[in-house]
Amino acid sequence: MPEEPTAEDRSAAPVVAEILSARLAFWFLLPGGIVLAIFLVVPALWSLGQSFTNFTLLGPEARHLSFSGLHNYRLALEDPYFWNALIVSLVDVLGSALVGQCGLGLTLAVLMSRMEGWLPNTVRSLAVLAWITPGVVVAILWNVLLNGDEGTLNQLLGTHIAWLTRHPWLSLVLFNTWRGTAFSMLLFDSALRTIPESYYEAASVSGASRWRQFWDITWPMVRPQLVTVLLLVTMWTFNDFGPYLLTAGGPAFQTEVLPIYTYRVAFRDFELGYGAALSVWLLLINFAMALAYQRLLKSGDNRSGRPS
Amino acid sequence: MIQRVIVALAGLFFALPLVWLLIAPFSKTATYHLHVPNPTLHNFAQVLGTEGALKAFGNSLLMSSASMVLVTVLACLAGYALSRRSFRGRDLTLYLLVLFSSVVTGVAAIVPLFTLLLDLHLLDTYLGVILALSGGLLPSGLFILKDFVDALPRSYEEASLVDGATPWLTFRYVAAPMLGGGAAVVALLTFVNAWGNFLTPYILLRSQGMYPASVAIYGFFNEVGLPFVNVIAAYSLLYTLPVLALYLIIQKVFGFKLAGGIKG
Repeated sequence: MPEEPTAEDRSAAPVVAEILSARLAFWFLLPGGIVLAIFLVVPALWSLGQSFTNFTLLGPEARHLSFSGLHNYRLALEDPYFWNALIVSLVDVLGSALVGQCGLGLTLAVLMSRMEGWLPNTVRSLAVLAWITPGVVVAILWNVLLNGDEGTLNQLLGTHIAWLTRHPWLSLVLFNTWRGTAFSMLLFDSALRTIPESYYEAASVSGASRWRQFWDITWPMVRPQLVTVLLLVTMWTFNDFGPYLLTAGGPAFQTEVLPIYTYRVAFRDFELGYGAALSVWLLLINFAMALAYQRLLKSGDNRSGRPS
Repeated sequence: MIQRVIVALAGLFFALPLVWLLIAPFSKTATYHLHVPNPTLHNFAQVLGTEGALKAFGNSLLMSSASMVLVTVLACLAGYALSRRSFRGRDLTLYLLVLFSSVVTGVAAIVPLFTLLLDLHLLDTYLGVILALSGGLLPSGLFILKDFVDALPRSYEEASLVDGATPWLTFRYVAAPMLGGGAAVVALLTFVNAWGNFLTPYILLRSQGMYPASVAIYGFFNEVGLPFVNVIAAYSLLYTLPVLALYLIIQKVFGFKLAGGIKG
């Protein structure tokens, strides 16, 4: 007697192997593919090619474009400004992307997920307000906040500290954290909403501390989201030109992140070949970080293991 | 209790820089101070009376909305295809695209992009900026949409196909209505990024009359600075309002359900 297929059977072997036909998938991918090919892949490869040349708009070499191999890449390794920019960028990513945006975002999402009253909604709105405020306005606001003579912070503290010159790294990290935290907070928020309240109730009844509940219930559920958030936030922060509007890289190059240095090389010194090589270094570092996140976190990512 | 204190402190951190934006536009004197004796709307009148200020808003609106529509539609189609059809090298391609986008939206590729648009006769046109912005923002949109569709249950679409519907009809009537939440996030993200983008229009546009508000405000702040800082604040506030309005609308209509789909 043939048995009725049970729910388990169905979820183990999908009814339909592929939901989308190959032909339809092609047409769905085509328009996006064309835009990406022309406006993303071509310029990216173009600048990759440029990085192997002595392409410049100034000096005697400007008229003699020639292949220079890996010269520009070696040049970067001997360039103190490159190392300075790399260190500033890493401080920025570590401080404002990992600890700031991801860490604070997750902390706030967890703390507010089961908080009652007006407070969580107010804080959520303020974070989102900071996030959607355009970069140029944010730069003006932070200039006013940190201004040495009569900035808001000095007014409140009754001091006269030129924050941007005295504490450039701290200013940079706080500036980027302020701008970006809402994004990770929103993503973690929605991941947390998928956790049934009953899990926590059961854990409470069996006497688990909130700390224990976080590691046993919350953490496994937000871990898949964490890969996405870390990847995007790191990349955005690493390539962000926004600090230029706040400090223009100063004082004395102390906030000159890699994108600002690249801009300086390409648009102030017009060393386009070298600028392109710098951007490829940027890409390689991004890639290394993406792989590291995958290794660290993807091992625990098992969507099919999610309770439904 | 300690949790409420931590959350409240974070709220204070987010609120602090915004206070000036709410107060300075209504101040009679150009100041960084936070008290206003007699609120005035004079600064707004001055912004609206400035030639080019309104035009810059129009330019921003045009380029951001067009990029938003383009990226959202393309990301929905391609993101759905990437999730519901597996092929070799799919995940690698997606990662490479997101990585590429980080280079192209960055400063170095602005030069090749400039040359490319020149060859295509798209330099100093709205379309050129819209396409350049879209190319840079599409990979992130794809990434989010694919993640979103991955989390949606397949059973509804499977049932539709088993019942004999074509893949297109299945997409149109079963899958597409479920994409709302993901599409809303991508739309908001694209609009916010395009609206606030400074570098791309600054380099790719030559005519001052085509400058979006971001470039116009930066020029204003750099040129006149403190003497007109209250007018700049008014301009900044006006410039921030459309993004705020869009956010409120999208949140009202869709909410933010990024994970779990219908499963909730």
